[in-house]
Amino acid sequence: MQFIVRRIVFYLVAAWAALTVNFFIPRLMPGNPAEVLFQKFPSLQPGALKSLEAEFGIGHAGSLVHQYFSYLDNIFHGNLGLSVIEYPAHVSTIIGETLPWTLTLVGTATVISFTLGTGLGILAAWRRGGWFDRILPALSFLQGVPYFFLALLLVDAVAIHLHWFPIQQGYSEGLVPGWHWPFIQSALYHSVLPAFTIVLTSMAGWMLQMRNVMITTIGEDYVLAAQAKGLSSRRVVMTYAARNAILPNLSGFALSLGFVISGALIMEIVFSYPGIGLTLYNAVTSDDYPLMQGIFLIIALAVLIANFIADAVYVIADPRARARDAH
Amino acid sequence: MAVAVGVVDPAPTVPVKRRRGAAWRQMSVKAKVGALILLLFVLVAIIGPYVAPYNPSAENIVTGAGAPSLAHLLGTTTFGQDVLSQLLVGIRATLILSLAVGVIATALSVVVGISAGFLGGWGDEGLSLLSNVFLVLPALPLLVVLLGYVPQRGDLTTIIVLGALGWPWGARVIRAQTLSLRNRDFVSAARETGDSSWRIIFFEILPNEVSLIAASFVSTVIYAIGTSVALAFLGLADENSWTLGTMLYWAQSQSALQANAWWWFVPPGLAVAFLAAGLVLLNFGIDELGNPRLRDAAGGSRIDGRRWRPADPTPVLHLAPQGGRSSGGLLRSFSRRSVTEQAGRAR
Repeated sequence: MQFIVRRIVFYLVAAWAALTVNFFIPRLMPGNPAEVLFQKFPSLQPGALKSLEAEFGIGHAGSLVHQYFSYLDNIFHGNLGLSVIEYPAHVSTIIGETLPWTLTLVGTATVISFTLGTGLGILAAWRRGGWFDRILPALSFLQGVPYFFLALLLVDAVAIHLHWFPIQQGYSEGLVPGWHWPFIQSALYHSVLPAFTIVLTSMAGWMLQMRNVMITTIGEDYVLAAQAKGLSSRRVVMTYAARNAILPNLSGFALSLGFVISGALIMEIVFSYPGIGLTLYNAVTSDDYPLMQGIFLIIALAVLIANFIADAVYVIADPRARARDAH
Repeated sequence: MAVAVGVVDPAPTVPVKRRRGAAWRQMSVKAKVGALILLLFVLVAIIGPYVAPYNPSAENIVTGAGAPSLAHLLGTTTFGQDVLSQLLVGIRATLILSLAVGVIATALSVVVGISAGFLGGWGDEGLSLLSNVFLVLPALPLLVVLLGYVPQRGDLTTIIVLGALGWPWGARVIRAQTLSLRNRDFVSAARETGDSSWRIIFFEILPNEVSLIAASFVSTVIYAIGTSVALAFLGLADENSWTLGTMLYWAQSQSALQANAWWWFVPPGLAVAFLAAGLVLLNFGIDELGNPRLRDAAGGSRIDGRRWRPADPTPVLHLAPQGGRSSGGLLRSFSRRSVTEQAGRAR
């Protein structure tokens, strides 16, 4: 229990840090959101501008402490201000519309990539010196290729020249999003290529890490003992070696979620996928500060929650994490 | 070596002189390839701008986008700019930028990591918490938002922001190593003899973390290359200074791929890939120095028809007479396969 409590405290602190960073970025950085607003509505009187600023949640009225607490208060009530580009839409509404796209696609792709990569890593470690070790340098090359570069080349080959998959967007134009078959079909069809690029680029990392940990584990005495007992190869590999080797990969999974999100952000921009990354990009390019901040906050919180889940899985998978609680 | 336990050599009477190039010969092929790639890039970065045939920014509307030719070895952009010249200039800028980020971030991670590991107690708790929080906060969205607020985006801004956010991973690893070193005998001995904390840190602990710091530096440079190129591609850098990232930005914004101008888009991407791959391979080498189990199969030797690697269990060779009823038994060659095969047969 103590382990879990410690982790919960950590995530609360991390969430508070995210909130605070988000609060201070616009106040410490040199850009001026109010000016942007003024450029967008040039005919406004200064008084009207002030009230508009307040409405967007970018006006800096009162002392810093006062601002900080009203900021926290707003966030706890789900009030992230109004978007400038899609005025008068609420930032929270825009996020609510775009987040499911990202979560579905990136979540599925990440799980596939993790499972596939870990599985292949186990195989590679067990058959060491085989085919995998020979393509290892090629894999590190694949890891070095910038994600967007690979994705754009794939789009060029598979979507533009071969016409196998759509080039961009999340679904065909003219369809109304909803739970009906033509839309779901179109959304699935549009998600294949983006998901594939994520899996392709992120799999190598899981594979290498699993292989390296697994090689160390295979050298342990208890694995040798299991073999000497005459257990089947499959059993030795899965329940003796892999079961223990996967633990660092699990905690690595939590830590690499930030990178997964980063990759997803660029993926959405490359594919014009209607998720939260593309919205963030649009917000940045059009100086929509409230939207930018709201999205950063949601991404940060989502990563924290995913981390917490990964931690919980770790506790289930690693008896030592539970044993530490016993005393 | 695991093969045979020989008689331990008597201590050499003559002090062993480390032969020159010994480190190079110890490196695996992977690490050598990585080091060579890196060397090539450093060379290009040094001489690149001097041997560039054209001014990378010089436009020539008449030429427009042209495929590689003798005059333009890598073709031209839609603005008639020479791609090879951009590449030669861009590699230097990208390399300097990522090395600068690497230096800043590694310095931060060494300071934080060693202080946390050495101080212990509340100082450690606080610093570890700080690095863990920075580790879970998604870096790229944070970078995008930060750079979104900066009115004047330049290389210096990118270096500062990337350096300020790139330290937590290294700090974590260095802290763990410092914690383990802190309680070793030689550190206790230094403390007993009355050495100051500074002396212990700089002369006892730091020298033992050099390979770790080197690995963390290389990883940070890889991170800096990837992230800075991605940020430039998104248009969050000064698009008028030539880096590999801004080249890709211009190629993409001018639809180079749709226009089949592959010579514009592919070279900078491949350059990034080779540079990063070279660094990854180099890091494999550093890892392998620390963890012998990861070393190449080439390091093993052939005994009884099977290749044994340094980390494999000690092989037991055939000793039993031929033709016996169960000639194998316990004395049979103790390879993994034979053990499992016998288990299968016994069942």
